[in-house]
Amino acid sequence: MSETTPVKNDGPTVTQATLVKKAAPKSDYKPADVSPQRRVQRSFAVRLWSIRHSRLLEWFYSRFADMFLLLHPLWKGIGYGRVEAPIKFVEKRVKGFMFDCRMCGQCILSSTGMSCPMNCPKQLRNGPCGGVRANGNCEVEPDMPCVWVKAWEGSQNMVNSDKILAVQKPVDQSLRETSAWLRVTAQAAATREAAAAPKTGAGA
Amino acid sequence: MTARQRDENPAGIHLPLDPLPGHSSRGRLERVLRRGEFAVTTELNPPDSADPEDVYNRAKIFDGWVDAINAVDASGANCHMSSVGICALLTRMGYAPIMQIACRDKNRIAIQGDVLGGAAMGVANMLCLTGDGVQAGDQPGAKPVFDLDSMSLLETVRIMRDNGKFLSGRKLTTPPQVFLGAAVNPFAPPFDFRPIHLGKKIAAGAQFVQTQYCFDVPMFRTFMQKARDLGHTEKVFVLCGVGPLASAKTAKWIRSNVPGIHIPDAVIKRLEGAQDQKKEGKQLCIDIINEVKEIPGISGVHVMAYRQEEYVAEIVDESGVLKGRQPWKREIRRDDQMVADRLDHILHDEITETQVDMVKTAH
Repeated sequence: MSETTPVKNDGPTVTQATLVKKAAPKSDYKPADVSPQRRVQRSFAVRLWSIRHSRLLEWFYSRFADMFLLLHPLWKGIGYGRVEAPIKFVEKRVKGFMFDCRMCGQCILSSTGMSCPMNCPKQLRNGPCGGVRANGNCEVEPDMPCVWVKAWEGSQNMVNSDKILAVQKPVDQSLRETSAWLRVTAQAAATREAAAAPKTGAGA
Repeated sequence: MTARQRDENPAGIHLPLDPLPGHSSRGRLERVLRRGEFAVTTELNPPDSADPEDVYNRAKIFDGWVDAINAVDASGANCHMSSVGICALLTRMGYAPIMQIACRDKNRIAIQGDVLGGAAMGVANMLCLTGDGVQAGDQPGAKPVFDLDSMSLLETVRIMRDNGKFLSGRKLTTPPQVFLGAAVNPFAPPFDFRPIHLGKKIAAGAQFVQTQYCFDVPMFRTFMQKARDLGHTEKVFVLCGVGPLASAKTAKWIRSNVPGIHIPDAVIKRLEGAQDQKKEGKQLCIDIINEVKEIPGISGVHVMAYRQEEYVAEIVDESGVLKGRQPWKREIRRDDQMVADRLDHILHDEITETQVDMVKTAH
């Protein structure tokens, strides 16, 4: 549970954080009082647009996944290892622009209303923390709308709106900076082949 | 001399209780809740010291008034004695601690190790939290870990307990027997998602939940209504978080500085209008307890009286939630008591016996 920082009844209130900050050496350079995960940005416009159009993007994404799966023989022909670098280059920039993607390598945008949960300073993948401000902004970064408040809004516009209820596994850090698109395609192709394999076996 | 108390191991107060069917832990809190009794839990203000007496003294004031004590894990991201350390001391003395685990400071390797260590020490209850951001505390330059989140942490401990496996799939020789808890905050947006989020926590393994400070009873009632409609209250014990406010000024400060605590204007007005604001804050807490205990689906209260711990006993007593029941109380063991009764005079009598005198009196 949260602890209320000591409050003196007389005089101005002083928190421990204030004391620490006051004790720090003074200089003209004042770093922003934000989380270390923060990227250099002031505007969340594109990210919020994507969440508002989550239904459109959901539709587009499923077509896109089908297309990628159709190209599976091509990826396999060139070799998944060899296409990784160029695909990652594109994926990082496209998703970075659209969703402020952090390249966790295990994309769950379709389960989180097209709001990337890795933008949460606590990187929560299963729902909001208890610190969401009354105006719906983040506890850690007061000028950023809570990723999960937006995720809930976005998910309500989507066809598969109950995908947000699934409990997500912890992030596999070893998949960072890899292409989620290629991984999903390879996995889908593998399951398709596994499903087709017994049939051909029975036929022969 | 005292008779043995209910929910106490006759072989020693520090030992786990006998396992009961349908119980996942061998602790006191689960027994109280499953018997359908109104449970009271509280929070121990962690000391900034290496003296075990500090922990014992802070626990002593709750004696006989609470069913379990939360050992907080650097709450508010401020550095204090660790929850594992506090639990080690409390279990030694027979108390029932709720070990809080926050995801802020430890990765999955450390957390799973602490779960085993805690369970081995006799910790029967664990509360899985996300944790406040590091910016809130006294060390804003620390690296926030957040390797797991509260949901995946719940699932991890549940897998360890029920499947006897680490997250990696490696087997445990003895799984931890723990009663799993989570926190919910019905007072922060997105409000319509919160009851569904509770359902998600139950699916991940939560058996009891403690809520954030409740100062807005109508809002809490709405939340509970939705939770009941979804059928959650049959699967989880809900303990409502309450606490006294020291003054209107404190309330205003908390409202604007502590994220996630919602205090309505009416509460602040009531405190401002009072002669003795501290007393009014306590009365307000008692009034809220009396209101929430009537809400269907509420199994207990979690009294958080940060820096006003001495009021916990009064609040519990005056609200009458225990209905005459007395929770476990640390008492002197029977043999120690017997020795004390018979030989206490040695400490107080001013007689110095010599061996010569003893021989004389014997004849």
